[in-house]
Amino acid sequence: MSVAVALRPSRRAPSGALALGLSTLWLSLIVLIPLAAVVARSVDGGMGDFWASATTKQALDALQFTLIVSLVVAAINAAFGTLVAWVLVRDRFRGRGFVNALIDLPFALPTIVAGLTLLALYGPRSPIGVDVAFTKVAVAMALLFVTLPFVIRSVQPVLIELDREMEEAAASLGAGPLTTFRRIILPNLVPAILSGAALAFSRAVGEFGSIILLSGNIPFDTQVSSVYAFKQIESDNIDGAAAVSVVLLVVALAVLLGIRGLERWRA
Amino acid sequence: MARLTLRFVALAYLGVLLVVPVGVVFYRTFEHGLGSVYDSITTPAAKGAFWLTVEVAAIAVPLNAVFGVLAAIALVRGRFPGKRLFDALLDLPFAVSPVVVGLALLLVWGVDGWFGGLGLQVIFSLPGIVLATIFVSLPFVAREVAPVLREIGDEQEQAAATLGANGWQTFRRVTLPAIRWGLVYGVVLATARAIGEFGAVSVVSGKISGETETLTLLVEKRFQNFDLAGAYAASALLAVIALATLIAMTVLNKRREDTT
Repeated sequence: MSVAVALRPSRRAPSGALALGLSTLWLSLIVLIPLAAVVARSVDGGMGDFWASATTKQALDALQFTLIVSLVVAAINAAFGTLVAWVLVRDRFRGRGFVNALIDLPFALPTIVAGLTLLALYGPRSPIGVDVAFTKVAVAMALLFVTLPFVIRSVQPVLIELDREMEEAAASLGAGPLTTFRRIILPNLVPAILSGAALAFSRAVGEFGSIILLSGNIPFDTQVSSVYAFKQIESDNIDGAAAVSVVLLVVALAVLLGIRGLERWRA
Repeated sequence: MARLTLRFVALAYLGVLLVVPVGVVFYRTFEHGLGSVYDSITTPAAKGAFWLTVEVAAIAVPLNAVFGVLAAIALVRGRFPGKRLFDALLDLPFAVSPVVVGLALLLVWGVDGWFGGLGLQVIFSLPGIVLATIFVSLPFVAREVAPVLREIGDEQEQAAATLGANGWQTFRRVTLPAIRWGLVYGVVLATARAIGEFGAVSVVSGKISGETETLTLLVEKRFQNFDLAGAYAASALLAVIALATLIAMTVLNKRREDTT
């Protein structure tokens, strides 16, 4: 594998091409071809069939709930995530390093364990007497848990890099802390908050493992699109599952491209 | 005062969402003593699930590590049309729902699937679980290695090449040492994801106890069978792995900051 020879100008093209070729092949085999199969299957019976499968009453209701709850969750974590990031960067207290390490727990913890974890505290056997299992609130809590790190990890580096002089200047000109935050700090953070929230949103839309135990999967109530698709696969309605999957894919792609656009705006 | 309030609200949010629930799971796990926990994570089904999980990660992660380094080199050092597209497609596994991943594999490798005619037993067996795991953990290494490659630049590599090193020598003696912490960090993230994957694996595994049942599937099965104590015990095992991952990430982050 003459990967680094890419650097010798005369041989740049062929060996750069090797790394590119191998990785494109791998990406295609593992990711792109299977996803293409889903798209192909969804339109197998024509656009009419696709549309009919994607817009059954139950599928539409699940999609609507999925999008709304994901938006709400992304918004809540945008607010709290910014707050937590601010506390982690600007505040000084014992155990700050520990709290900082803890933020990544939702990334490290398997989603099914996350679901069980929330159920242990906020389910039927809750030691504090709060039982939200099988409600929309439970779904939102699961999504809040798994999407917690995105905004924090996206805002943190920006806050660290932020020039303190502007804030000091604002303060010396008589701005209170709130004004300084609103007029000086926040505008600098907005792109980072938005791209973190977008990542959280796209993760929430596709989330499955943490919800399956908590939601109770009640159609027209707590059923989200991913669980709906899963149930369609289980009951051998592959066309229905493929149609909803394509809708989820389109949402994921749109968000992904939106984030790319945001990053270009930041840069 | 305002500072204290903010600190309190931030920590309370983390507590209510993260710390207390995880604490409760550990409490519930050990409330009937260590013995019963030990028993429920050493049943044949649990042992089988544990080793299957390890086996799957041991196949998926090294493959993704090699791919990740290649992809990072292509992204950072390569110049080709469609680079932006490649860059964007690389993030797809982060955005795609695990259920969609499972369905996609069914449609390609299932009996009636695109490659179903090859007669390979993929779905409801180990290869299917491995493919699902590779899919979901694919971008981690590339995403950790690429920024490091960008930062170190290619001057040292060029120097090595000028001094007569061939491509493989340059990679092994110059590039690899420079990217090693990024690579290890990516591997840690990919491993955690590989061990924890549930949705995609759930669709393609068939959940045959002792054969195609991973640890996360075992948690779900025990929960559905009203074996709560057993589900908690298996969860605690996974949570311990997650905590070990967090510690590894923290240590590696420090190491990385020290070397750059």
